[in-house]
Amino acid sequence: MTLTADEVKKIAYLARLGIDQHDIESYAHDLSGMLELMTQMGATNTDGVLPMAHPMDQTQRLRVDGVTESDNRSNFQAIAPQVEAGLYLVPKVIE
Amino acid sequence: MHTKSINVLAKGLRAGEFSSTELTQAFLARIKQHQSLNCFISVTEDLALQASKQADERIAKGDIGLLTGIPIAQKDIFCTQGVKTSCGSKMLDNFVAPYDATVVEKLNAAGAVMLGKLNMDEFAMGSSNETSYYGAVKNPWQTDSVPGGSSGGSAAAVAARLAVCATGTDTGGSIRQPAAHCGITGLKPTYGRVSRYGMIAYASSLDQGGPMARSAEDCAILLQAMAGFDEKDSTSVDLPVPDYQAGLNADLNGLKIGLPKEFFGDGLSNNVAAAIELAIKEYQKLGATVKEVSMPNLNLAIPAYYVIAPAECSANLSRFDGVRFGYRCTNPQDLTDLYTRSRGEGFGKEVKRRILMGTYALSAGYYDAYYIKAQKIRRLISDDFRKALSEVDVIMGPVTPSTAFGIGEKIGNPIEMYLSDIYTIAINLAGLPAMSIPAGFAEGKPVGLQVIGNYFAEDRLLNIAHKYQQVTDWNQQIPKGFE
Repeated sequence: MTLTADEVKKIAYLARLGIDQHDIESYAHDLSGMLELMTQMGATNTDGVLPMAHPMDQTQRLRVDGVTESDNRSNFQAIAPQVEAGLYLVPKVIE
Repeated sequence: MHTKSINVLAKGLRAGEFSSTELTQAFLARIKQHQSLNCFISVTEDLALQASKQADERIAKGDIGLLTGIPIAQKDIFCTQGVKTSCGSKMLDNFVAPYDATVVEKLNAAGAVMLGKLNMDEFAMGSSNETSYYGAVKNPWQTDSVPGGSSGGSAAAVAARLAVCATGTDTGGSIRQPAAHCGITGLKPTYGRVSRYGMIAYASSLDQGGPMARSAEDCAILLQAMAGFDEKDSTSVDLPVPDYQAGLNADLNGLKIGLPKEFFGDGLSNNVAAAIELAIKEYQKLGATVKEVSMPNLNLAIPAYYVIAPAECSANLSRFDGVRFGYRCTNPQDLTDLYTRSRGEGFGKEVKRRILMGTYALSAGYYDAYYIKAQKIRRLISDDFRKALSEVDVIMGPVTPSTAFGIGEKIGNPIEMYLSDIYTIAINLAGLPAMSIPAGFAEGKPVGLQVIGNYFAEDRLLNIAHKYQQVTDWNQQIPKGFE
């Protein structure tokens, strides 16, 4: 299976990941190589096999729906790129 | 002092032969002296001296924990409050963690003195430490060779005696492979044994932290302090932690070793195979018996891993968006530009490759063909191990197909790099514990023996490694220039 440069651009957009124009061909080449490796899986019959997400098939543990954390906003915002009045600033979304 | 074991150092500290401050200063001086190995991203000298002073006060009062006053180093994937936690990435070059990882909290509570944060492949994605934003780490055994990865800084620092021991993490071999390449002892615990809270996530269903040290005994002490159930990690397993030192000397007579024929086929270099065979003979002398076992789906481990790990990584790394912490591009034009350029400029090439792969595997129309298929293959591989481990006590084989390769040798060919993890990746898919034990040398570079055990059999693995280290001295060898 081979990925084209256009497909790589589409995936990069889905991932909101900027990639340099001159690197696109090399990503297409590397990803195609990885997909080639993955075609090996197709030859194995996995009908009726349950997908495995946790090695001990443990399910997500639930906890009491209560407050466990204290307010750390100022600590967390101290490392943010841009904040104002306790809010994270991003470029304007709605005109 | 830098060549002594944790227990010997602890005894010396208790007896007042030297102080933790002196010990810490000695290691800080070694770190400076051997800066060219590039093991550390941050050396936290002031904090270390402060911690060693506190340790000395504790020791004077007789309040002694497992690691009180022992200088250790943390892989830079573990969040350390008030200290830069970069994960080897430009994305987090400005990130000072606002909290401690559970592992860090536990090691601090045990009295360990942190010397600094260790270099690693960016976001733990790599097998050579060459993907680090901070540059490659050099292997102390041969400085033009890689130390392995992703815990390359940890392995090289322990091998060069720049820290008594170190933490590592292992998603596809990242503790065992660098341990093998640097001639140290490393243990990847059972998935869920060590808390992942505050350990920056790569592939959450595979990531596991563990100890890296010079001996199994030191690993036992370090694991004792690291392991245990944690409310804050929803995949942490709630089982009691045994005393890992208690069984170290148990007799190995009657131990059943399984040798998977798939671990000894094409691709394994002759000199590594020869060292592994000698190690297994040593175990036979200790009373073990050997049986061939089979892992028919082993060849599917790499394809399955390179679907599952990138898929999970693409989801985990979406948190790095330039909004709340980490790198942000300058003058973003709009929100999409902010995300796209911050991520594009903050991540290195291997991380981008895996995010792209994972995004593709999870995208509409491909999810079943890749992700679900890989999870089914994962179960088949896990079943192979279950079957083998019902016939034998442990599985043994090589950690790597060859000894450490040259810096620059494989970085241009990602697929070739991925294939170097052929013997370690399947163990992460199954979630089993496994160790890398120094088992000799080939062309002057260390060879690692891999020992794979059943779920939560870390104590048994440590015992098996310790007994071998009583009758061999591979783990005590020191690279030239670092004596």
